[in-house]
Amino acid sequence: MTDRVDFDDSDDVVAVPLRHPGRWIAAVAILLVLAALIHSLWTNTNIIHSSITEFLFDPRIIKGVGLTIFITVISMVIATILAIVLAVMRMSANPVLRAVSFGYIWFFRGTPLLVQIVFWGYLGLLYSQIAAGIPFTNIQFFAIDTNTLIPALVGGVIALSLNEAAYAAEIVRAGLLSIDHGQREAAYSLGMGPGYTLRRIVLPQAMKVIIPPMGNETISMLKNTSLLAVVAVAELYTAATQISAQNLRQVELLIVASAWYLFMTTVLSIPQYYLERRFGRGTARELPLTPFQQLKAAIARGRGRSNSRREVAQLQKGSLS
Amino acid sequence: MTQPSQNMVEARSVRKWFGSNEVLKSISLEVPRGQVLCLLGPSGSGKSTFLRCINHLETIDGGRISVDGELIGYTQRGDKLHEMKPKEIARQRRGIGMVFQRFNLFPHLTALDNIVEAPQGVSGVPKAQARERAVALLERVGLADRVDAYPAQLSGGQQQRVAIARALAMEPKLMLFDEPTSALDPELVGDVLDVMRDLATSGMTMIVVTHEIGFSREVADRMVFMDGGVVVESGKPADVLDNPQHERTQLFLESVL
Repeated sequence: MTDRVDFDDSDDVVAVPLRHPGRWIAAVAILLVLAALIHSLWTNTNIIHSSITEFLFDPRIIKGVGLTIFITVISMVIATILAIVLAVMRMSANPVLRAVSFGYIWFFRGTPLLVQIVFWGYLGLLYSQIAAGIPFTNIQFFAIDTNTLIPALVGGVIALSLNEAAYAAEIVRAGLLSIDHGQREAAYSLGMGPGYTLRRIVLPQAMKVIIPPMGNETISMLKNTSLLAVVAVAELYTAATQISAQNLRQVELLIVASAWYLFMTTVLSIPQYYLERRFGRGTARELPLTPFQQLKAAIARGRGRSNSRREVAQLQKGSLS
Repeated sequence: MTQPSQNMVEARSVRKWFGSNEVLKSISLEVPRGQVLCLLGPSGSGKSTFLRCINHLETIDGGRISVDGELIGYTQRGDKLHEMKPKEIARQRRGIGMVFQRFNLFPHLTALDNIVEAPQGVSGVPKAQARERAVALLERVGLADRVDAYPAQLSGGQQQRVAIARALAMEPKLMLFDEPTSALDPELVGDVLDVMRDLATSGMTMIVVTHEIGFSREVADRMVFMDGGVVVESGKPADVLDNPQHERTQLFLESVL
């Protein structure tokens, strides 16, 4: 009983942290391997590094990046709307709607995306004109040349959206299924109709299940836009290959394109994080900290200014109000 | 349509099957306006199912249920019954409040927004007015200080009181309670029962499925004991509780008292 620890009134735990030597050893080993890899790429005489920096901000590449973002955003928006419609159809009491939704998902998940893109690209060969009229008669209101109505870019967006909708529909359906039936019953008992209940009660709660896999899908979509190269849409990958076809620096331009894809993927994860926070409201007693708030807390901890728990609690209070 | 009856709820020979299992075997009940009916019985006796039939959360397979003189879920034209459109059913439910065993608050909305959602979104009450009334209702159930709390930040008893306020916000003429205190810690039951007692005193017509014998003795105008999908015994609480006529009722009361 002689070795009593000094103990003041505040009962904060101030303890020497446990050391983790294993972590340091693992980190050093991995960093060595990485350094060796980078060194071998850097000193490889077959790669002309100056051309990477030369083409990284080439106007054709920048235009390709813009087009890639445009196609990704438009296709994801169309796909998400279509996916919600398909998921609701799939769960509806109407057997015709259920069958149509099932058939759609079966077909568009079951055929390769590349084939679908080529199909929409070559639609002009199948139907030279697209016309509106009364079926099975000769009455025609108007007719447009297919290649005018659906240029390669539009065809590409249609192909990506329709394909993505099939996958996203199952994600949305999983989200809708995850909501306890009691929520619908409570809404109905208050006199809300099925549509209103879906929009205001079920979907907002399903979002927290839907968003993480949809983030995945968005990143897939971003990279799948490169498949539009087969129908000559000048997105990032096409732009890079067109340049390398002239100067024969294939690897360099692939590195340029990859750097941009990596950058865009990184940027896309940020809105996902904040969307998850937005729709996670009310599920936890306290909202998790944003990375920015975590950084602030870490800095404060590093300075030894206060104990972390209190700091965290303060920040959380701030973020809720 | 018949002349406005003095009964708020009239159920005539209501039958209900789940698959091949007959859970309600010709239930007939009346609840006069302003009265409180307590439904007692062992689990599986059909009392919750019957309650859910009254606001058409369950469809019935036989008989008729009417609330405030209006047939629930169906329209009678000539001698034929027609199923109602979802919109019509939603309109009927607006007059019938329901409180669930598991509260079923909307977890993504604050206490206030839970209450405001239906009056504002469905009945078209202006936002300011709906909020003002919601605050008054929260005050009435003793939660004036938890306006901005999410359900996850409330105790079970507080959640159930918000749920009662949410149902009352639609200004129902009838309130249905489906074992409102069964999921609560014992020390939280009292607050919820206080709110319900207060509601009964104010003249609300109520049907309460409950295991709270003391509460039903005090508040109920009439008590119904159900078992195996039939009404075994009904009458004034004192008669049913102190002088049960049927052996089944006696056995049940012995086991819960």
